Amino acid sequence: MSLGPNLLLALLEGTLAAFVLAVTALGLSLVFGVMRVVNVAHGEFFMLGAVLAWAFSQVIPGMPAAGFLLALIGSPIVVGAVAVAVDRAVLRRLGYEPEATIIATIGLLYVVQQLVLTFYGPTARPVVAPISFRVLFPWFGYSGYKLIVMAASAALLIATWFTLMRTRIGLVMRATQFDRETAQAFGIPVDRVYSMIFALGAMLACVAGVLVVPIQQAHYLMGLDPLLLSFIVVILGGLGSLRGTVVAAFVIGLSDGIISVFFSPTLAKILATLLVALVLVFKPTGLFGARGR
Amino acid sequence: MTRAASRRALALHLAVLALLFALQFVLPAYHHASLARILVLAAFAVGYNLLMGYTGLLSLGHAMFFAAGLYGAGLTVHHLGFGVPSGFLAGCVAAFLLALAIGAIALRTTGVFFMIVTLMFAQAGFLTALYFNEITRGDEGFVLAAAARVLDIGGQPVALSEPNLRYNLALAIFAACLLVSLVVVRSSFGRTLVAVRENEERTRLLGYNTFLYKLAALALSGAMSGAAGAAYALLFGYVGATFAAIQYSIFPLLWVLLGGVGTTLGPLIGTVLMFYLVDVSSEYTTAYMIVVGAALVLLVMWFPRGILGTVRQRWAPWLP
Amino acid sequence: MSLLATQGLSRRYGGLSAVDGVDFALDAGEIRTLIGPNGAGKTTLVGMICGRIPASAGRIAFEGADITDLAAWHRVSRGIAYTFQITSVFTRLSCFDNVVLAVQRSRSWARRSLWPGHEAEIAADVMAALERVGLAGRRDTTAGMLSYGHQRLLEVAIGLALRPKLLILDEPTQGLAEDEIVDFCKLVRQIAREATVLLIEHNMAVVMELAARITVMDRGRILAEGTPAEIRADERVRTAYLGT
Repeated sequence: MSLGPNLLLALLEGTLAAFVLAVTALGLSLVFGVMRVVNVAHGEFFMLGAVLAWAFSQVIPGMPAAGFLLALIGSPIVVGAVAVAVDRAVLRRLGYEPEATIIATIGLLYVVQQLVLTFYGPTARPVVAPISFRVLFPWFGYSGYKLIVMAASAALLIATWFTLMRTRIGLVMRATQFDRETAQAFGIPVDRVYSMIFALGAMLACVAGVLVVPIQQAHYLMGLDPLLLSFIVVILGGLGSLRGTVVAAFVIGLSDGIISVFFSPTLAKILATLLVALVLVFKPTGLFGARGR
Repeated sequence: MTRAASRRALALHLAVLALLFALQFVLPAYHHASLARILVLAAFAVGYNLLMGYTGLLSLGHAMFFAAGLYGAGLTVHHLGFGVPSGFLAGCVAAFLLALAIGAIALRTTGVFFMIVTLMFAQAGFLTALYFNEITRGDEGFVLAAAARVLDIGGQPVALSEPNLRYNLALAIFAACLLVSLVVVRSSFGRTLVAVRENEERTRLLGYNTFLYKLAALALSGAMSGAAGAAYALLFGYVGATFAAIQYSIFPLLWVLLGGVGTTLGPLIGTVLMFYLVDVSSEYTTAYMIVVGAALVLLVMWFPRGILGTVRQRWAPWLP
Repeated sequence: MSLLATQGLSRRYGGLSAVDGVDFALDAGEIRTLIGPNGAGKTTLVGMICGRIPASAGRIAFEGADITDLAAWHRVSRGIAYTFQITSVFTRLSCFDNVVLAVQRSRSWARRSLWPGHEAEIAADVMAALERVGLAGRRDTTAGMLSYGHQRLLEVAIGLALRPKLLILDEPTQGLAEDEIVDFCKLVRQIAREATVLLIEHNMAVVMELAARITVMDRGRILAEGTPAEIRADERVRTAYLGT
């Protein structure tokens, strides 16, 4: 293949990566933005989504589309419940003290990951895509499912934005983010909002995991990469800025996809992590951080 | 600290070291070998504790300093034909310089930001080890040839893999780190570090350049971690990127939390207990890291002072 | 020559001027009090002098040398000590450990680490400072366990132990009982034999008792300066401050 088609393929893969990353990172950004909690276990929610998708697909064997639909509804419910439990049992008891919650969520990362290893095992398992048509370009065929993932991610991003900006619940969340004490004084049940935000953040990662599993296979260690990438994106986008997070996800997702077609992916990752560290030190408002919260 | 308390503390530390020395004559081979490994790792924890416990800086990237020592010694011995002492020195110097460079940048941040910045730098370090696969052999790592791991003692070449020598060298490294940390903690320098931990702005207004103090603490902590890494490479003969991974930044944090943050002997106790806890549980399950995760959560929630921290609070306020 | 002189010293927060073009000078050896209504800019002014708050404009000279760009810790080693308005001792350390931090800072590295008998000398200096504020009996008490008044005294002991040339006390008598205030005034007089004292104070009895000269600030500027008698007679001061 010549450069043109190669670039198109890289662009498609990059867009796919960017969409999935944007959904995952949005969850992390939301949790940090409102609760000031750095959730190191965020990637495990992504992994749980993928593993649960596999589990649900086993419930209805022989009907991949139905199984997948079940997974798409069931996995976020399970993960949301886990997240609420974690918030109540651990984070709230620590008073959301930033350093303590980081240590606790590191612990949770291992607990969740190792529990999955115990009950699901060390093998990577595939899930059949709910649809199998291919879009035919003149030079190559491209998975129709991947296009659907992009569309679904876009819908999720818009839905999240709508919820935060246009609904009463979103208003309550934003008020809590702005000033916790005042929100409490105005009768906002801050504890419940926090649980809700933490669950919402986890569910976003989970859905990304579900969407990705027909492309990537479910494995107990698959949470680490999305975690690090989400960190990169959330920081470059400006901590707490949702818009910045999405913009950064596209910059990183696209450049990562394109760069790794031509260069070593390890080198790209090294540069990205160093960039993140330097941004945090010298420009903690991020590179793409629109002033808006 | 009163003179009596300080004499008691010194006696306690010497007694612990004497006990560790005596243990080699009674321990069965398996535990003899384990304890040698634990002592090296405990030296790592002592270095970590200087920063976390006494300066109040929580790093999530200490694996990079351990790995700098590990690779600094391993690569020079393996590729450049350095001897054991110069290889060890190279490891320490590499970690020290890395800590200075990282500190100059990362110490502009505090709290959560410092944690994430160090995490990111360590991750970049880990990826770098993978990237230079041809020299480091990446994840798989490389084994230091037995012929290169020989120490010349009074004209007699002795292999570092010889269990008794290995044990005593590990003990010597640990003892050096422990005593340095004891001296530091009791010095005017150590008092200033504690002041930085307690209230940095007030310390600045007492006339201290707190940035320099933090940098010095990080450099010392990094150098100790590097010494442990270098000793690990030389004594156990294996160098691999796993030691640069996030896990090895979490371990010292866990050891120190368990043993008691800001206690000189806590890191040793935490390392011993956690090593055996992981060792025992790995006999029953491949998912032994769950012990690490659960311990982190439980410690942070219900036992933040750790073992010696609690002992000091309840019974022995003189513990350094 | 004056010990301290500021020239056009200003601090703006956004569009607001907390301190606006202040020329302020202190002579060596005097006790000066700085008074003025809340929000007059007193704490901001001394904050800039000791280096906690960077100046937006203007210069500060100490002993003739320009210190405007020196870091706060560096100014302390030049001899400017500041005690906080809100008590800011190390609450989890003992009184002894609080003061020892200041004592060791006033010595060179060799004299605090290597000198034969340095531990004993340092301890003696710490006890001397605690003695002067009457806290010698509390040397091993955790600072956080002290009463508020005692914490203020500990704060002064820390300031003393730095052996400053200029000691800035920000509302030191706030929260002290009557008899504690009497003792405190005696202490300040003693200190003034060795150091220049700049005092922000609301308690007019203390002001009139201690100060040789008084500087009055209002809305970020210096309104008047003079002896207590002159200040008492000053019409502008009356309307701005004393009258209210």
